[in-house]
Amino acid sequence: MKNNLALKKTSVGKSLGREMVYSPAPEDSSHIKINKRYDLFIGGKNVRTKKYFKTINPSNEKVLAEVSYADGKDVERAVSSARKAYDKYWKNLPARERGKYIFRIARILQEKAREFSIIESMDGGKPIRESRLVDVPLAIAHFFYYAGWADKLHFAFPGLKPEPIGVAGQIIPWNFPLLMAAWKIAPALACGNTVVIKSAETTPLTLYKLAEVIQEAGLPDGVVNIISGDGKTGSSLVNSPGVDKIAFTGSTEVGKIIMRSIAGTNKRLTLELGGKAANIIFEDAPLDAAVEGIINGIYFNQGHVCCAGSRLLVQESIMEHVIRKLKFRMKNLRVGDPLDKNTDIGAINSSEQLKRITELVESGVTEGAEIYQPNCTLPAKGYWFKPTFFTNVSQSNRIANEEIFGPVLSILTFRTPTEAVEKANNTFYGLSAGVWTDKGSKSFNILNKLKAGVIWANTFNKFNPASPFGGYKESGFGREGGKHGLEAYLNV
Amino acid sequence: MSNVIKFLDRLNYGVDAIGTNERAAFFSGRSIKKESKIDALNTIISMIDLTTLEGKDTAGKVYSICSKAIRPIPADSSVPHVAAVCLYPNMLKYAKRALEGSGVKLASVATAFPSGQFPLKLREEDTAKCIRDGADEIDMVISRGEFLKGNYDVVFEEIRRIKNICTEESKKASDKTGKEVNVHLKVILETGELETYDNVRNASIIAMLAGADFIKTSTGKVQPAATLPVTLVMLEAIRDYYNETGILTGMKPAGGIRKSKEAIAYLVMLNETLGYQWMTPDLFRFGASSLLNDVLMQLVKQKTGYYQGLDYFTID
Repeated sequence: MKNNLALKKTSVGKSLGREMVYSPAPEDSSHIKINKRYDLFIGGKNVRTKKYFKTINPSNEKVLAEVSYADGKDVERAVSSARKAYDKYWKNLPARERGKYIFRIARILQEKAREFSIIESMDGGKPIRESRLVDVPLAIAHFFYYAGWADKLHFAFPGLKPEPIGVAGQIIPWNFPLLMAAWKIAPALACGNTVVIKSAETTPLTLYKLAEVIQEAGLPDGVVNIISGDGKTGSSLVNSPGVDKIAFTGSTEVGKIIMRSIAGTNKRLTLELGGKAANIIFEDAPLDAAVEGIINGIYFNQGHVCCAGSRLLVQESIMEHVIRKLKFRMKNLRVGDPLDKNTDIGAINSSEQLKRITELVESGVTEGAEIYQPNCTLPAKGYWFKPTFFTNVSQSNRIANEEIFGPVLSILTFRTPTEAVEKANNTFYGLSAGVWTDKGSKSFNILNKLKAGVIWANTFNKFNPASPFGGYKESGFGREGGKHGLEAYLNV
Repeated sequence: MSNVIKFLDRLNYGVDAIGTNERAAFFSGRSIKKESKIDALNTIISMIDLTTLEGKDTAGKVYSICSKAIRPIPADSSVPHVAAVCLYPNMLKYAKRALEGSGVKLASVATAFPSGQFPLKLREEDTAKCIRDGADEIDMVISRGEFLKGNYDVVFEEIRRIKNICTEESKKASDKTGKEVNVHLKVILETGELETYDNVRNASIIAMLAGADFIKTSTGKVQPAATLPVTLVMLEAIRDYYNETGILTGMKPAGGIRKSKEAIAYLVMLNETLGYQWMTPDLFRFGASSLLNDVLMQLVKQKTGYYQGLDYFTID
């Protein structure tokens, strides 16, 4: 658009407009403080280790900081620090006081929300709009929510005497670092446990920023200990004899290893694993909202979402309509700089993940599915993948079965509600699902038949701290969030 | 009429209110800064139907509005003129002369605006008279009562007849003046009275099917008037209608849009819902009175870096 719009007359007698160009609108990151080096946070102190690893910004491959690598010994140190804090004061502290600490963490986080959002986007590649509107506010909401529960546990379990478990070993994924930390730490503390939490390998920064908040909140030393490293570090934590409970969010593959390795111990376990959610669009759906639901379901956070609506089931009678609308909508997805306020799709989290996405997409093409990607240019540096969908997908294709964990949607069709339910449940996962119909009775009928832990009706990817989240089948067990989320951290 | 039903049926799927509100709010989140903001502000000015629709309107008020419409900032000729001036039928004669040769169109509300509760014959005469008095554009109202009773065929038929009058009178005017006259019909749904998004969508499709060149949210006399979500529902109806027929229908949110920031959100929504083809005053208008001064203020701020006092902008 230029001044005095130079307009061309078209055949219909109407002048043709011009595309609206959005100038770059980068969030200012000049004031953000990221240390050159982050040490482990154990017993309220920064603890150096022998080895350090780099964490990079996946949108430009620049190194952001070096982070401590925790080996078996370091893990033991963290666990014993958590044990000491538990025995010495945390378990004896009046519940009301525990609540106060958690409220304090929430409030400090609130003050630093902007800083956290920016770092989350730099370290993980997600659009600033999402970290600002989803990740950080939701994380804060979780702290507030569970802070409120701390002195009301006996109301959650009337007639019973809920007791803390002890030391919780927690392992979080790289897709929502701060939010997953909040999901884990807030209920654990509220229930009177102490924590050793391990960051994800590619996105450790906000967790160490959270360590600063925890210090500022004056939480007693050792109540929350933060470590980082790779799979070996995680394995040391899982197998540490000092840990009473393991909470893991990550891949099904690793979940199985964890289950095997703690078999025969009396460690408690909750697993939140992969998913291949069916997003079911019936012919009587509110279509424009449904298209938004599809977009939000699969392209939110570059599809790095365990509950992503990665299998779209569309009733055949409206297939053409949906595809046309979807293609149009995808033209407006802005892929690029995660810190630009107008970016819809940011960078893929790591080169490793990009490789996996690319490999699975290639398998889709080889297996005969039809690929669609909008025409958009990707930045030269960093890890990027165009938003993608496949049509002509069969149930037996890899892209319809395996979790891609990227911005890739597989579209299948169905003819009747029974077929929709059958196809939706025909997976070894069962984390989430979506149902789109304007008919309330149909909605309730279908969602009662779906085997998934979380089911959204006429919406998708909505989260709330009061609402429990967790899976069926190989998507894991145990619930996080809500009153249900307390059970995972209590002996009742 | 069976055509109407058939067509409605094909495009008839529900509108989810929560989803619509959420999507509409998204557009306000787009950050339009620097160059793109200046472009947007200029575009908004060029899309404004500068409006005065009051019982106390006089020739003096109309002259004042017209000169503002032609030259929004007297000292700065780079600022475009607005799209049109929108008036009551009695005021047209004053505006016609004032706007001569300026490029600013003359729009008139008609069909017993704002209620439409007059016999059809009078509403037809009202329309014809407006065109004879020089209106380039007619803003008609639909019979909301008939719509809410479910008499869609009546609503359809009435719009069709007003459209026919526009066509006939355009032809007469062309013959008389020797210049091509093509009076545009904007159909006001008065969404505040239709209440639900489903109603708005259905009314939009009926209006387009009956020949509307534009569909318009409101008269400005009923609350709520234009909102982002209700406009989104109408834009989506326009897109579906376009996909079925290839016909480009214009959109005019009117009433209650007072700030540049809001107007920019509408523009972003237009851009991302219908696309570049619609980014022209021929297909998108803002019905507004106080919006213009706020846009001018922002424009000067973008150009100079400073906000000017309110007294630097004329009150017309």
